[in-house]
Amino acid sequence: MEILNDILAYLPATIIAFGALVVMMLDGFKADSRKVYLASMVFLGAALIISVYDLINADHQLIFSDMAAVGGTAAFGTFIVVFGAFFTVILTHDYLIGVKHNFPEVYPLLMFCTVGMIVLASANSMVTIFIGLETMSICLYALAGIVRDKRMGVESALKYFVIGAFSTGFFIYGITLIYGATGSFDLATIAEYRDGGMIFWGGVSLLLVAFFFKVSAVPFHMWTPDVYQGAPTTITAFMATAGKTASFIGLLLVLSRALPYWVDDWSAAIAVIAIITMVFGNLVAMVQDNVKRMLAYSSIAHAGYVLVGLAAGTTAGYSAVMYYLFAYTLMNVGAFGIVAYYEKSQDVLFNDVKGYAGLGFQYPIMGVLLSIFLFSLAGIPPFAGFFGKYMVFAAAIDAGFLGLAIVGVLASAASVYYYLRVMVYLYMKEPAAGEEVTLVTPKAVYVVSLAFLAGLTIYFGLIPSHITDLIFSFFDTGFYAVN
Amino acid sequence: MIALNWFLIVSAILFAIGVIGVLTRKNAIVVFMCVELMLSAVNISLVAFSSYMGDVHGQIMVFFILCVAAAEAAVGLAIVIAIFRNSFTADISKINLLRW
Repeated sequence: MEILNDILAYLPATIIAFGALVVMMLDGFKADSRKVYLASMVFLGAALIISVYDLINADHQLIFSDMAAVGGTAAFGTFIVVFGAFFTVILTHDYLIGVKHNFPEVYPLLMFCTVGMIVLASANSMVTIFIGLETMSICLYALAGIVRDKRMGVESALKYFVIGAFSTGFFIYGITLIYGATGSFDLATIAEYRDGGMIFWGGVSLLLVAFFFKVSAVPFHMWTPDVYQGAPTTITAFMATAGKTASFIGLLLVLSRALPYWVDDWSAAIAVIAIITMVFGNLVAMVQDNVKRMLAYSSIAHAGYVLVGLAAGTTAGYSAVMYYLFAYTLMNVGAFGIVAYYEKSQDVLFNDVKGYAGLGFQYPIMGVLLSIFLFSLAGIPPFAGFFGKYMVFAAAIDAGFLGLAIVGVLASAASVYYYLRVMVYLYMKEPAAGEEVTLVTPKAVYVVSLAFLAGLTIYFGLIPSHITDLIFSFFDTGFYAVN
Repeated sequence: MIALNWFLIVSAILFAIGVIGVLTRKNAIVVFMCVELMLSAVNISLVAFSSYMGDVHGQIMVFFILCVAAAEAAVGLAIVIAIFRNSFTADISKINLLRW
């Protein structure tokens, strides 16, 4: 009964997959959207509790004939993804009712998407990476266009779909060529390959290009601002946090488990991409007036910081990436959640920073929370974003990438401008005559969940050791130990 | 027996045709067909490698790729229909609400 054991070890994904089917049936039998929402919350909540338990207790092991892993980094990836999905569902319910497009089918799609992300984050073979990535992406294409009578949403879905499917082509061509050179899809077997050669390097570069598309690194980022702006705001939060986390962990698995022997070769390439991404993302974010688009470019810039950690190619670098992804999930779900709340009061197109004038004083709690998330994104202590950046840049300096770290710190300093600009509008500008916005009263559950995220942002900024000790233990000994 | 190289060359040529099609064509449906061409081109390589190495994993992977291509077709065509209902065109050069 090995298969039963494996299914039990893989419980968060199993629960969510089963739950998604149940929720889909509920929707099919015309249950009202509140029931569908509550059912999906129950399943996601159960999965979240189990993933926290796994994170603390589970030992590392390979399951499903070495196709997937549990424990260690896999458990951490699962935790971040389920955490992001849980809060996204809370925010999405409220947001879709607020903008009067309440489609219950959004919940099963979100849950299937989460399953794909878990499969991707806990993969141990190119096959599982591919399946996870595609399950995630196909659900995200549909989610981006879920508000199907808004032209902008459908347009963003089309752009996402075309670019995503295009990068899938590169992805499987990369896998195929690596398979041709090394004779295996298994990450550990690929790691034993030492010969190089044109087919192998062709495969590796195609694979990296596909991953750069998925994590929106410059110059493969063109889809990101359009998709993030057009998609429903809470779905954007999900794509930008859980989706990006899963893709980055997939990239980290390929680099650290399948290609550790070639670390000097790929780290140079990733360092170059990281520099371009940080500089470009931050520069373009400065001139954006639309807050969602600004956050999209800021998410490109953050992808650059994460790539700095990957470029280091050391244990410290990988741990920094893990911590950064967690911190980024906390603060970005929060920031998009509040943007969604402001939109709900007006309409879906209410994103211009000028419209935010004076809003900080209506329902002050929302203004304060948005300020916390933006300070954290800007990397100002004592928030989690600061410590994430510190870890990433420290790892890069230890690995000898001094220039990379300097560019990163400068780019990060420049980013303070566009985050603070939103706060200047919130607190220091008066709305133009006749353009005053009255905010709707926020629901208690909405405020509480956002305040919880803000609390965690501060807590893990002040006492990061609680989570960093855990992350370091994944890499210190045993399976994932590097070098 | 035909040498492995020929299969790889055919596959690379088909893949390149697919890429060029995605980059140059304007109609969303044609772009979509070109993406499918890319996926199928890869399948040729995969089967060829698998057969020459006597390793069955590659051929199993082909089934996964076919499944993914089918799922992508379902979602992709739905998106094209949704956009056609909104703007009465499938020409991607006219779908330009969002730009920097």
